[in-house]
Amino acid sequence: MNSVEFRKELFAEERADNLSEIGRPTVRQDILGHVTGRSAYYDDHLFDGLLHMRCVRSPHHHARIRSVDFSAAERMEGVRRIVGPADVPKNLNTLLSLINFGKEDEPLLSERKTSYRGEPVLAVIADTERQARGGGPRRARGSVANGDRRRRPPAAAVRVDWEPLPHVLDVEEALAPGAPTVNETYPGNAFEYHGRYDHQKLRFGDVDKGFSEADRIVEGRYRMSPIEQAPIETCGAIAAPETGDRYVCYTSTQALFFSLSTTAKLLDTASSRLHFVGGTVGGGFGGKVDSIVEPMAVLGAMLTGRPVKFMWDREEEMQVGAPRGAELWIIKDGVAADGRILARSFTGYFDSGAYTRLSSYAVVKSTGHLPGPYTIPNVASNVFCVFTNRTPATAMRGFGITGVDYAIECQMDRVAEAVGMNPVELRILNAYRDGDMKAHRRVAKNTALIECCQVAAQKAGWQLSPDALRQSSKEGGGGRRSAIPETATDQVGRIGERRRSQLPAEPLAGPGPRGRVPAGTAGPATEAAPPQRPDMAMDWEREKSPAAALPEPARPSISPPPRIPASGISAASASAASPQAAEAPYAPKAPFSRGVSKPGVSRFLSGTRRR
Amino acid sequence: MAKRKGRGFACINYPIGMNLGGDPSQALVHSTPDGKFMVSLSSIDLGQGMKSVTRQIAAEALGVPVADVYVDTADSDTGPHCMGSFASRGTHRVGNAVIRAATEARAQLLEAAAEELEVDAADLDTDGQGNIHVKGAPSRSITVADTAVAAQFRQGRTVSGRGIFLIPPSEANPETGEMTPVSCFAHGAIVVDLEVDEETGEVEVLELNSAYEVGRALNPKLVEQQLVGGAWMGISHALYETTEPYYPSREHGPVDFNSYLMPGPGDLAPHHIAVIERPAEDAPFGGKGPGEMCANPVIPAVANAIYNAVGVRCDELPITPERILRGIRANGGAQPGGVRR
Repeated sequence: MNSVEFRKELFAEERADNLSEIGRPTVRQDILGHVTGRSAYYDDHLFDGLLHMRCVRSPHHHARIRSVDFSAAERMEGVRRIVGPADVPKNLNTLLSLINFGKEDEPLLSERKTSYRGEPVLAVIADTERQARGGGPRRARGSVANGDRRRRPPAAAVRVDWEPLPHVLDVEEALAPGAPTVNETYPGNAFEYHGRYDHQKLRFGDVDKGFSEADRIVEGRYRMSPIEQAPIETCGAIAAPETGDRYVCYTSTQALFFSLSTTAKLLDTASSRLHFVGGTVGGGFGGKVDSIVEPMAVLGAMLTGRPVKFMWDREEEMQVGAPRGAELWIIKDGVAADGRILARSFTGYFDSGAYTRLSSYAVVKSTGHLPGPYTIPNVASNVFCVFTNRTPATAMRGFGITGVDYAIECQMDRVAEAVGMNPVELRILNAYRDGDMKAHRRVAKNTALIECCQVAAQKAGWQLSPDALRQSSKEGGGGRRSAIPETATDQVGRIGERRRSQLPAEPLAGPGPRGRVPAGTAGPATEAAPPQRPDMAMDWEREKSPAAALPEPARPSISPPPRIPASGISAASASAASPQAAEAPYAPKAPFSRGVSKPGVSRFLSGTRRR
Repeated sequence: MAKRKGRGFACINYPIGMNLGGDPSQALVHSTPDGKFMVSLSSIDLGQGMKSVTRQIAAEALGVPVADVYVDTADSDTGPHCMGSFASRGTHRVGNAVIRAATEARAQLLEAAAEELEVDAADLDTDGQGNIHVKGAPSRSITVADTAVAAQFRQGRTVSGRGIFLIPPSEANPETGEMTPVSCFAHGAIVVDLEVDEETGEVEVLELNSAYEVGRALNPKLVEQQLVGGAWMGISHALYETTEPYYPSREHGPVDFNSYLMPGPGDLAPHHIAVIERPAEDAPFGGKGPGEMCANPVIPAVANAIYNAVGVRCDELPITPERILRGIRANGGAQPGGVRR
């Protein structure tokens, strides 16, 4: 049985616990729908005359398209329309163009070549899903034609003349001279940063000096395979023409305006013609930001004048839908005999797959995260966004951070072993504290790593030394630890350079001039924009300081019963002292009567299946 | 042949919000004629509970009961812009926008009440129960409902507010990586106890003990749900899941949940959580957003516990029985690292 406790005594002086609504276990406004199965998924929106869209996909890792013949598929029963690259008004995009980051590199439907197995080249729109269905990426053998028309799905009846090309699947091989070019927008197989380098650099202090002063050098190499976000509801969208020359789109998106803007751009239409409605259930975990299904569905509705559904099946979700990409991290630490880490260098690779999507952003995010939650005087990293002939990667819970945290924390275990220390005490010794300078040249504040280490160890019954237990995030930081050191720099890895000659990937290696950035060099921190008018600024006096608070608040902050009456729901109180074990388990008063399916009711209705 | 027990530790911090800023979110708040409040957003809540958290934030900032607030979202025709639900930005960015919108609406509410009570708006306060009263004189009061009626039917005044929260865009320096990545960080630490079968390479997670620092638990039940579920996801990521089991080879990719492995109910271990709250200065009531970060420390802690159990360094994810067995064989047998306590 799980348990949860709220350690209110920690940082109590920085927090008032006498708020009215904040801190209460209020029951969700949508919980009844969720627990009775009535909350609507996008697929619960029903339309008369709904058409179904399926993609024809490449069976090759990398192939040129010599020709496409869909005349047989077009004549098949139920097929309304074959959608090709020429039907997409602006058939090239990169997701982060919305924030001016990166070059357009990915078509919605590919015309000349495909760069990963499962890349779409055509879409079939038909009266029923069965008629449209071409199977998943591996069953879509494009070069097969003819056969029994009634049994063969139209997607398989499309004749594509493929010319397979050499492919590359490994990130280090992709950066080597002579590797096949995956993505012609980035001929070096790496995203280009600042128009200057094929990677993002981080330089703080001088790692080589740190390594030379160290008693031990500890090295590790860590790799994470791609994983699937695995939402219960697969990615998809239903689009339908509306009166007033508009299109409504019910979508699984995690980012409503991101998907709307991307659709408007690809279809070269005014965003005011699009009405997007998102869901409230189904899960996302990062895999529903890519905005592929929405433009496809809206395009289908525009071309046919009918409602069109484009929905991935589970196989597409797992093999064609973007996963969290693979990462490779190589870490080198210089450690003093007493456990202090004096220098840490990283070489990181994000396997972006065939297109950029969001991996370019993850590189910068991970760079800002290095060297982890520790104060280390010398840090350097080179992090690459690498293109390979696999399904494009995208965001997932912990994007840009999860992989490198795995690497850093396995590395910390190695360091603890190398110097013979308790691994928890090693973390506390090196932990960042309030006032410390971080490697991205901003001062740490509001830190709490040490307290987390102490409490977790205590809960597990893992003994720490009295000295480790005395430490605090609020003490011992700043001062000398807030200084920005003189920093060693280099100019290795300019765009295209790695294509011409083999270059080491690790920081401060390879030929070329070296530079020094003077100690103390840092620009101003970016601050949140202030409230645009004074009456939008909250009077924080209302959140009374602990000193001014009544000794005994009328309502404890954690354990009052929720104020929302929720019939049929046991109003579980979240008490700090009594975990769930103390409560009677939930039992319905009567059996559920409102099922999901409605026998005898046609699903070919307009409206919403669930209410 | 035996089952070997192991214990591993890991700790992390986690940046809240989109790296390098440039990610605004907006909110609109308005009162219905009888003093209930509607919060209009376009943010997506796919089950994580954002509607609930923003509802509580709006009620707190307005000074009205949460039952009198409803959050309407996910419709591009009615909700103002939001970048989306990712990067642990929902609570922080949307929550701040809701505070600003609710604060502006509250100012108008108090002005309307001041006109009805014939006092200065600065002398008024809410009791959080649906009433507005003169500070220090609770008997001189008017209900929020009566105030809304008066504002809209007698005074000709809206009771509504607009809010936007933006960390402006900044850039990373190409030479040094200098940047302002985000404005606050959540924290976590975990001890994992597990057992490795040295004959089959199978891992059974026995117990998790963790501490997560979340700024402020805006809704303790939602925090608990995130932390319990997130730790499960961490175990799954560490030991089971991948779309490419022989990466970088693309062969043997799973296509459904028969071949894409995850732990089942029987594989879940008891998880004892301590929640620590150190409010962040620019976060809504200090709350940082626990959603993404809670899975992260579990993964390396599992790897470190397996090393402690059988002496195999798990430098590749997922840590399958095959990889553990190959490691044990390469070492010439299991090499337990000793009891940690």
